[in-house]
Amino acid sequence: MSTVILLLFTGLGLGALYFLVAAGLSLIYGLMGVLNFAHGAFLTLGAFTGWEIARRAGSDNWGIFLVSLLIGAAAGAAFAAFTEFVLIRRLYQRHIEQVLVTLGLSLATVALFDGIWGTDPVFIQGPAWFKDTTDILGARVPNDRFVCILAAVVVLLALVFFLKKTRYGMIIRAGVENRSMVTALGIDVRKAFTLVFTIGGAAAGLGGVLASHYFGYVSPMLGGSLLIFAFIVTVIGGLGSLTGAAIAAVAVAVLQQFANFYLGGTGDFVVVLALGVVLLVRPTGLLGRTA
Amino acid sequence: MSPAADPRPETTGAETPGAAPGPTTPILTVNRLSAKIAGQQVVEDVSFSVPAAGITALLGRNGVGKTSTIKAIIGLLDRSGAVTLDGERIDKDPTYRIIQRGVGYVPEDREVFSKLTVAENLRLAERDAAPRRQLVEELFPDLLARAGQMAGTLSGGQQQMVSLARALLNTNKVLLVDEPTKGLAPKIVGEVAETLAEAARTVPILLVEQNLQVVRQLAGDAVVLSGGRVVHTGPALEFLDDSALIQRHLGVSNDPHPGADQASHAAVKGAAQ
Repeated sequence: MSTVILLLFTGLGLGALYFLVAAGLSLIYGLMGVLNFAHGAFLTLGAFTGWEIARRAGSDNWGIFLVSLLIGAAAGAAFAAFTEFVLIRRLYQRHIEQVLVTLGLSLATVALFDGIWGTDPVFIQGPAWFKDTTDILGARVPNDRFVCILAAVVVLLALVFFLKKTRYGMIIRAGVENRSMVTALGIDVRKAFTLVFTIGGAAAGLGGVLASHYFGYVSPMLGGSLLIFAFIVTVIGGLGSLTGAAIAAVAVAVLQQFANFYLGGTGDFVVVLALGVVLLVRPTGLLGRTA
Repeated sequence: MSPAADPRPETTGAETPGAAPGPTTPILTVNRLSAKIAGQQVVEDVSFSVPAAGITALLGRNGVGKTSTIKAIIGLLDRSGAVTLDGERIDKDPTYRIIQRGVGYVPEDREVFSKLTVAENLRLAERDAAPRRQLVEELFPDLLARAGQMAGTLSGGQQQMVSLARALLNTNKVLLVDEPTKGLAPKIVGEVAETLAEAARTVPILLVEQNLQVVRQLAGDAVVLSGGRVVHTGPALEFLDDSALIQRHLGVSNDPHPGADQASHAAVKGAAQ
């Protein structure tokens, strides 16, 4: 029983990270039709930024941890806004070029991060409480899992509030459904594009800082390895659906953990299998558009 | 030549019968407009103008390029040629700016945002500092009652009301209305036609419409497309009363109506057999 609880919470913590990446991916694809392969780079930059702050200002400190989360998110947001404004904006409707430019950017940033921080992982420590465990029904769950889960829930609630209650949120929801009709109502939808990239980058940057604590290190490959699963999550959840991304993130990560433990380390394989099944049975994803 | 055909030269920008005499300068002028979809020419060298008052019908068979013409005017399709709104060129503007200049667009198939509520659909469309919410509530009381409902769950007629309301909320220089009665029950068709007639008192309308009874009821002028080109312009009634023209350009016989030339009907039927 304690093993099941531990796997469950580890899966939820990982699912939280997947969600923080997938939320932006899903909104960006849903609104703009852009498959953003550079999204992992936003996460990695956030992670390294958070690490730099912890390294300089002291790691065993909640205040500094919170600051590193904010600055990491800001770094991801700034990088994402820059990417949209400088590269993607010129390539709307040109999907092949978008894939090429974002893929190229992701490769270039890995090399850039290699050059700045080296190819070896840099290890990071947070507040000592992170490495303590909390006893839940006999399972000793590392506390950093709870931090990830809490952060993802807060981001999910904030995004839902933004999408449902603000005018820009309304424009984004409408644009995901029918972008050209939004422009035909006299709305400059490009502002929403930049905004969605910025928000997605902030979530990824935040996820980067959290991921560095979850895994205990940062490496230039961190974003890329999470991005693969975030793409799977996005497709399973339904492209453009935030709730779908949240559900799929948890399902994929928990499935992965259980398969790794009980089925001899086949977690990644099982996830890809699940992706295939969903695509066959429900090609639009769990909560995807039917059109 | 059928007796109904008028020997007068074909005119554009003629004053609309029944409406107050409008200014002589057209509100919207389309000059040599062409557009392509995926490399295929869907609008070819189309020129016409929309008078500054009343309803101008854009007619033609299915697939002739009526919807594409409307979309090209507001930049939803890549286009070439000149489009002038109220004396200003708009053909280089992006779609949202053309709309902001005072164009209301009611698309074919309504295109309401199905996952937004009725109220959100309307709020999204508000451009003016003081949108005419009261007018819309008076025209469509049904929508007020359904404000919190997802637009995707509305009937086709109700969705058309949302789509019309989105355009009528703002002060526009011209409305582009694409097949507003398509797929609607006869009773709703009547309501839509009434709404358009009401709207046309204050704003000129370019109307794509397959239902010739509705065209007869509403339109002052008609522009007829065939093969992506303009083949006829002139007063709508003159065109509608000419069976030969209707048969040639729309591929249908016009419905019998008071004053129809029965002889020309018979001639058309005879020719078709």
